[in-house]
Parts: sequence; C-alpha cells; structure tokens
Amino acid sequence: MALVGVLALQGAFREHTAAVSRLGADVRELRQRKHLDGIDALILPGGESTVMGKLLTELDMLEPVRQRIAAGMPVYGSCAGLILLCETIEESDQPRIGLLHASVRRNAFGRQVDSFETDLAVKGLDAPLRAVFIRAPLITAVGPDVDVLARVDMAAHGGEGERIVAVRQGNILATSFHPELTPDTRLHSAFLDMLPA
Amino acid sequence: MEQGTLRLKTGLAEMLKGGVIMDVTTPEQAKIAQDAGACAVMALERVPADIRAAGGVARMADPTIVERIMKAVTIPVMAKARIGHFVEARILEALGVDYIDESEVLTPADDKHHINKRDFTVPFVCGCRNLGEALRRIAEGAAMIRTKGEPGTGNVIEAVRHCRQVLDDIRRLCALPEDEVANYAKEIGAPLEICLLVRKEGRLPVVNFAAGGIATPADAALMMQLGCDGVFVGSGIFKSGDPAKRARAIVQAVTNYNDYKLLAEISKDLGEPMVGIEISAIPSAERMQERGW
Repeated sequence: MALVGVLALQGAFREHTAAVSRLGADVRELRQRKHLDGIDALILPGGESTVMGKLLTELDMLEPVRQRIAAGMPVYGSCAGLILLCETIEESDQPRIGLLHASVRRNAFGRQVDSFETDLAVKGLDAPLRAVFIRAPLITAVGPDVDVLARVDMAAHGGEGERIVAVRQGNILATSFHPELTPDTRLHSAFLDMLPA
Repeated sequence: MEQGTLRLKTGLAEMLKGGVIMDVTTPEQAKIAQDAGACAVMALERVPADIRAAGGVARMADPTIVERIMKAVTIPVMAKARIGHFVEARILEALGVDYIDESEVLTPADDKHHINKRDFTVPFVCGCRNLGEALRRIAEGAAMIRTKGEPGTGNVIEAVRHCRQVLDDIRRLCALPEDEVANYAKEIGAPLEICLLVRKEGRLPVVNFAAGGIATPADAALMMQLGCDGVFVGSGIFKSGDPAKRARAIVQAVTNYNDYKLLAEISKDLGEPMVGIEISAIPSAERMQERGW
C-alpha cells in the first residue's frame, strides 16, 4: 500500500488527508524533516505559500523535498502548493521548490470577494469538476514539457482570453483550485494513478 | 460561476488553518508579520491593549490604514467591524478586505442583533465563549469562529476557558440521545439543525481559532493542543520587546505544537513579553468578552 505524505505545516492539509484516505491510501501528515522518510507520494495543500515556504526552509525540509521530487516521487500541489512547485513566481523571491517549468501569478483573480467556484472541464476526467478558486493563482507561461489540463475563460473575471489553471509535468501535478474542498475525489484518484503500480 | 458561497467563505478559513493571524496597525508591522510567517493580518487602528488603555468608543479603523496595509502585503487582510454595525462591514467589504471580524474588541453598535452575515460576499469571523454562542454566529452566517478570550490582556486563561467550554458543550451534545437534542438546542440558544450537524460530525462545522490573551509560543501550542485550528495574536506581538522574533517563534509553535524540544528551542531569548493583566483586576463592565449576544 502506498504511503502518501501530506505537508501539514499550514493550510488545508486535513481535507487532502481525508480525500486520500477515502480512496484507501495510507496517509502521513508531514511537519518535520524526519517525517519524509518512507513516503511514496507527496501532496502540497492550499494555504499561504509564503508561510509554507518559510517553514519548509526553517525546518530544513525544502531541499530534501526538492530532491525527492527531482528523483521522480509523484507530487500534487493545489493553490499554494502549485505556487511552491513553480520555477517562476511573479513579483516574489519567496522560497520555492521550483521544479515545475511554469510562471505563476499569485492572487491573480483579485481578493477574497473575487473568489469563485465553477464547473471546469479537466483533461483526463470524464465530466466537469466543481472547481473552487480561493484567492487563486494563475499559470501565465509553461515550458514545452508541461501538459495543460485545464483553462478558465478570463472574460468572466474582467480579463481576456483563457488562462491555465491545471498542469502536469511528468511526476508533478498542480492545480490553482481546491478539489479537496468538494466531495469529488476524481483528481486525487488521478494523482494516485501516477504512483508506480 | 458562483461567488460568495458558503464553501468559498469557509474555504478561506480552511486555508488559514495551522497558521497565525497577527494584529497590525501600520504597513511596516504588516510586512514584519508577513516576513515572520503570518498566514493573515488583522488591520487595526490600535491593538486591543491600547484600545483598553484608551477607553471611550472603539470603532472600525480608518479605511486609509486598512488600504495601506492591504497594499503592503500579499497575504489575506482582515479588519474589524463593531458588533451589529452592518454599515462598517459594508464599507470594509467595499474596500476589498478578505475577512471581517465582527468583534467584541470594538464597542458594540447594537445591543440585540449581530450582523446578518449571510447577506455578504465577504466572509466573517466571530468570537464565542461557548457552543451556543458559536452556533448562533454560524447561523447568522459566520464562516469561521474564534474564542473570545480576554483581548489585550496577554493572559491566556479566558481563551483556555472558552475553548474548553466549547469542547465540553460539543461532548455533551454528542452524548445525548437524538430525542433530547431539541431541548439542548433550546437551552444553549442554538438552532436545532446546526446542533444535529455538530452531533453528527463531532466538531464545529467551521474552523475554530484561539484568540484573546495569547502572548507566547507556549500559549499558542497550548491552544493548539486543546484542539484549536490556529491562533490570533493581537497585542502579544507588537507590544513585546522583539516582535519579529516572537512572531516567528509563535508561527513555528503553531505548526509543531507537540514537539517540546523544538518549543524549548524557539522559546529562548524572545525578549520582554507584553505586560499581562490579571483578569480579576478588570472591572466586569470593562471585560470585552461580555459583549455579544
């Protein structure tokens, strides 16, 4: 049975833990470096990316996490987790894992009053998913090895064109939105499918 | 597309879990808080200890102060409105604050009614001393709950009392047979439907933070061990000798609240804590926790 680690330094780790447990995987909440030993996959939850980046650094977890992901461990980041994974964070020098070849804009839709939920088509899922965007980031550019899984139409948010909100790059899965806040576990299930059989 | 849904309101509180929300009065303090690892800041004109010292009527902060703080940081910014003062709340919503605290720290504007928080797009957090008070606020639309404690005292005893009381009330509710829940709901003055939900889940339906008197990393860890989801630190940081260092230590304490070696390490050399006040030295008319209905 695969052991999924959920980074529990700050944020919505409880919801990810519950989602993965419902799918039958073993879960461990990670608060210190030693907790990383023996995990087969990692989830970086929503929360505040600046807080998580700072605590990852202070607790000497950033480098070991980066090495495990670089070595191929499947990782899924939602919202703040996505930000931590991105190589480029617009207007910020905050600590990051930085292995996802993408640029991210934080709080890209505005403040909390601009947060929204919508039905979103996601590549690989049979039907749209209820996507919850809370002070959400947007991916503004991706490298050639990044597979775009979902986009939102910016017309409804005072913008133009479509913007990327879900991506996969090899063992890295990332979304701007929060599937862990809905009862739908299809995205978590797709993530667990990324583990070697 | 939907906005202002309960899921979006409670969802932001879920994102704050395991974090520290710090009171700040200037953009500089807001930056110190963000750099120290605060998951949000509360923009105020005065911290509770100074409100207590100043006396008189305490109102919503000047929007200029709130806006400057919003410009200074990327983390969520909260602000306080007076109990029942729905126009102050609308003004804060129009400014774009991320959360409104309908707070007993300010002088109440209504002696019977709290704000109808369901009516707003912006989410609200409210204080409570027991389960009945928590569930009344949730029924009015609060998407996050905190203990009241006794703000501006640096004395954790009231926060502990209120946290334990809520948990004790939940345990009692969960132990009741279903046909006695209606009477319990009546006794604590809370809607039956929400009581049934709490009984089923064994917990509050929203995130519950500790607030009101937290001054040290040990205080923060104590509240987390008692079962709170995170902490507000009001006067405790910027009324202490070395705010940045104390703020960093409290952030770490909230994440690793069970690791006593780490807590010992981060509690070292934090400088002078804020000066505390013994609760019995405060006349009952001046106790902020008595405000709210």
